[in-house]
Amino acid sequence: MTLRGSIAIVGTAESDLGAVAPGLSPVDLMAQATHRALADCGLQLSDVDGVFAAAGQLRVPTLTFCQYMGIHPRYSDSTLIGGSSFMAHVLHAMAAIRQGLCSVAVVVYGSTQRSQGRSNVRREEYDPYESPYRPWLPPTAYALATSRYMHEYGATRENLADVAVAARQWALLNPAAWEKKPLTRQEVLDSRMVCSPLSVRDCCLVTDGGGAIILTSAERAKDLRRKPAYVLGAGEALSHQNISNMENLTETAAVHSGRRAYDMAGLSAADVDVLELYDAFTITPILFLEDLGFCAKGQGGKFVSDGNLISGVGKLPFNTDGGGLCSNHPANRGGITKVIEAVRQLRGEAHPKVQVPNCDVALAHGTGGLLGSRHGSSTLIMERE
Amino acid sequence: MAAQRKISFAGTPDTNPETKPYWDACNEGKLMIQKCLDTGKHYYHPRSLSPFTLSNRTEWVQASGKGKIYTFSVMERANPPFTIAYVTLEEGTTMLTNIVDCDFSKLKIGQDVKVTFIASEEGQKLPFFTPV
Repeated sequence: MTLRGSIAIVGTAESDLGAVAPGLSPVDLMAQATHRALADCGLQLSDVDGVFAAAGQLRVPTLTFCQYMGIHPRYSDSTLIGGSSFMAHVLHAMAAIRQGLCSVAVVVYGSTQRSQGRSNVRREEYDPYESPYRPWLPPTAYALATSRYMHEYGATRENLADVAVAARQWALLNPAAWEKKPLTRQEVLDSRMVCSPLSVRDCCLVTDGGGAIILTSAERAKDLRRKPAYVLGAGEALSHQNISNMENLTETAAVHSGRRAYDMAGLSAADVDVLELYDAFTITPILFLEDLGFCAKGQGGKFVSDGNLISGVGKLPFNTDGGGLCSNHPANRGGITKVIEAVRQLRGEAHPKVQVPNCDVALAHGTGGLLGSRHGSSTLIMERE
Repeated sequence: MAAQRKISFAGTPDTNPETKPYWDACNEGKLMIQKCLDTGKHYYHPRSLSPFTLSNRTEWVQASGKGKIYTFSVMERANPPFTIAYVTLEEGTTMLTNIVDCDFSKLKIGQDVKVTFIASEEGQKLPFFTPV
């Protein structure tokens, strides 16, 4: 029984995005996104018998969500590997649907961090071997990885800046994007330093928001109202929790999750028409381009600065909604928005200015945790009918 | 030597026999790490079982206190700014730490550093590193 192509994403929706949640809780946004995603595919809430949820602000998000919705699914999964949780949920849902443990699954997320404030929603575990040294997480962990990467491969702050510039150009074509003004390389270089070598413009947004993805078997997907996005490949990988256990600070677990997804799909990077990468910081797309096979190790910065990601002219459409850097980033687990934008592209429903022509295969990649420490990874490859 | 910022510590060295030798040694100005006797490899943070083999055939050893900066980041938005680094010890294991008592703009990856101990507000001393 092959997993490849056995399930499809049949409904997707974002909740309201931006600064939208004063007085709301994460589950309000999860419910909003779920109602919209069900309306998108024409299934009913009563059809949902599998629930997959991760949240930063809810201790047991599956229970909170199911109580709110008034549903009692026969299968649930609250796997938490940060922003990579949702691609992993799709993989787990694939196994569950294939085995008959559930038939219609929702993968769901919501965050109100922008409205509530970081210090009200985020509390790091105390670690006597790390906390006294006061890393400001997540940025410090990414900054440490960035410094090492620049040292080993000769990448520059200009390379990093060019990731933000490319994302901004995509965002300017998206009426729903948070950022509305153009951004130059020099403006990134001149912006306020947060933790070297990362400036404020190297960091993604923090927005309220959420999303929902409805999945079912490929057979059932055929009868629903939207064109299915078949899941051809999915891969998950766990790296480490503490920095003292890292294997390599310049290579991410995308190497492993990507390979697993490609192997299942029987595809390679050359087959991918659009790429949606979790861009928590400008370093992450550079590392993922390398680790997912779009360029050689150490060449990610050059690949970006050569203009390959630029809207309309670059050869690799990337984060076509403007990504977490410039469009929206439901903090701190933005991975679900990558899947939703990938499906939008496969359906041919992206804004005309950013729709990738003949978009057959999309890859969405999530990273979870802090890269330098606490690092999970998952990769999803989807194909239109 | 005064710390450049308040250092807060909330560990429980007195109640955890697995890690007590580490914290006691810090207070005496010694950096103790552990060695896995199955593999000969050193490791940090302290724990009774080897992270390489899960065996309890481990022993405490005093580290030389010398190491190299593996990577670092200056926390420019802090007041005053401070530097977070991963330091790879001569014995091969890596620690998260701060680099102190130096001009942060002159720091380089690969630079030699040595351990120094600074007391937290609660009194427990902790290892920091400074350029050689």
